[in-house]
Amino acid sequence: MLAGLPSLTPAACLRPAEPERLPTGLPQFDRLTGGLPCGAITELSGPACSGRTSLILTTLAAATARRQICALVDATDAFDPSSAAAAGLDPDRLLWVRCGGDPERALKAADRVVNAGGFGLIVVDLADIAPRILRRIPLVCWFRLRRAVEGTPAVLLVVTPQPSTGTCASLLVEMKGGHTHWSGAPNARLLQGGVFELLPRKPIRPETARLQSRAQWMR
Amino acid sequence: MFACLHVPGLPVSRQAVLLECAATFSPRLEQTAPETVTLDMRGLEKLFGSPQRLAGRLARRAATLGLEARIAVAADPDTALLAARGLPGVTVVPPGCEAEVLAPLPVEVLDAPPEVADTLCLWGIRTLEELAALPEKGLAERLGTEGVRWQRLARGKAHRSLTPIERPAVFEEALELEHPVALLEPLLFLLARLINRLCEQLRAHALAAIELHLRLRLEDGGEHARAYRLPVPMRAPRAWLKLCQLDLEAHPPHAPVNAIRLSAQPAAPRSVQHGLFLPLTPDPEKLELTLARLTALVGEDRAGAAELLDTHRPDAFRLRRFAPPEPHRPSVARRAGGVTLALRLFRPPLPARVEAPDGRPRVVLAQGVHGRVVELAGPWRVSGDWWRAEAYAREEFDVALSGGGLYRIYRDLIRNGWFIAGSYD
Repeated sequence: MLAGLPSLTPAACLRPAEPERLPTGLPQFDRLTGGLPCGAITELSGPACSGRTSLILTTLAAATARRQICALVDATDAFDPSSAAAAGLDPDRLLWVRCGGDPERALKAADRVVNAGGFGLIVVDLADIAPRILRRIPLVCWFRLRRAVEGTPAVLLVVTPQPSTGTCASLLVEMKGGHTHWSGAPNARLLQGGVFELLPRKPIRPETARLQSRAQWMR
Repeated sequence: MFACLHVPGLPVSRQAVLLECAATFSPRLEQTAPETVTLDMRGLEKLFGSPQRLAGRLARRAATLGLEARIAVAADPDTALLAARGLPGVTVVPPGCEAEVLAPLPVEVLDAPPEVADTLCLWGIRTLEELAALPEKGLAERLGTEGVRWQRLARGKAHRSLTPIERPAVFEEALELEHPVALLEPLLFLLARLINRLCEQLRAHALAAIELHLRLRLEDGGEHARAYRLPVPMRAPRAWLKLCQLDLEAHPPHAPVNAIRLSAQPAAPRSVQHGLFLPLTPDPEKLELTLARLTALVGEDRAGAAELLDTHRPDAFRLRRFAPPEPHRPSVARRAGGVTLALRLFRPPLPARVEAPDGRPRVVLAQGVHGRVVELAGPWRVSGDWWRAEAYAREEFDVALSGGGLYRIYRDLIRNGWFIAGSYD
């Protein structure tokens, strides 16, 4: 009697469609994670000097090169336009929102930008906010942001010193500072660049990747 | 089809009313004389019906405005003009019957120069019918080409194009209040009415607004004026109202409001052809609202596009209004290949205690940053603007600290202190 019916799949086995991925322009990162998921939150966490800013500027430069409109919600006014220019970013396609060190204001601003629509990549930079303050952000704020970005082609990239978005992030990558490269004699040294380590935490994977960065005067 | 409204003895103060009356029927108007307006009604037959119905509607509208107008509708503007000048009430000249209708009219309706009128009088020509019957060649020999033109007018066979007037488009709405309004909410309620009316006016002219000017007359006799420059021509009442609300919340008037005046600078509406393969961009109207909301949230000049200034001064930039380019415009972004080591700035720079016995930092101590210097590059000397009060001179170092971390620190040679400019991240 059931022979004529199509095969049925239990609901528990259904998987949501794989979201579209936005390439970061870094082959190591894209190989490791498959790119940044659209319509979802990606969290990039790591301590100071672990390469988070270098990575987001490279990602923003790649997005603006694809003519996407991007936004940077900067909680602590740490964005350096000179570094962005050195990374090749198109400044006309980047909306910079300076929040003056207030994470609550930054989250509100991120909410406004996400709801405006049309932005391809939205970066919320909370990297210099103390972890104890970040822990006070209720989880509902992250759920609200996740709900706002769901179903849109936008990538919401949150940069934190410690994982803070809980279950709301679809992709969580931890960064670690490696060693730095210097050249020259002991009394005439020159910073050449650094190496950073990428560790995917969600979904967790055994492999890691290394990012080689070069100082802007070495390019 | 052309219509003519002629109001004999119209005072100068009522001429604008006559134009306003005509403008409600056709956008192409010619002010043929101070008391005469000719309307081009071609293409409007489906809107106003037959010539008889049009003439009736014109007459009713003129009567409503208190104008005792003579109205004529004809196939050409000159016939309509002569009929309106010469015949009282409403006249509809059927096509092909122009000469018959014009025949009994006196030659004075031609408005010819007095010497020509005297000549015609000497010849015994009193009506247009008599003028039309004169031999054309003889008339040309005696009165020249103008004489021939008058004869064609009398025969109803003249053809000319209208010279439409360019009416200056003024889009302004005002409201006088019986009682002063002190709260923002009732003020916005009233403002919404003005905005809706203004948008309707713009819609009627197929225009949008590129700039809004809001002037509030205050109870203390002062005026509170605000101007909103829109990035693209807009005609969205809700967006306008929200812009006004956000701006008035940030810049409230200092006294209750007695009168509101809102004007719009018109512009052609935006028309954009989107591409299938172009990246998504924010809708300009929503983007403008978002920018206004962000400004209200983070403050003036704290949201926009960063522009580097042409100077060697460290951290020299300005934030300009964010207006993303059209998606089809190529990006100026260039792929540097790989990752460029970026600097995170401390704004303001972090004051630090630095042990530098020989001028080269050995130990750095600051809030959240401390350690022995294990690697050092520098000093890189930067100075400039020495002729100004805001001169700068500093020695910069790139340092790696023993506790981990890579920083740019500098010694301010003017303030004679050490600071941490930022961290390499």
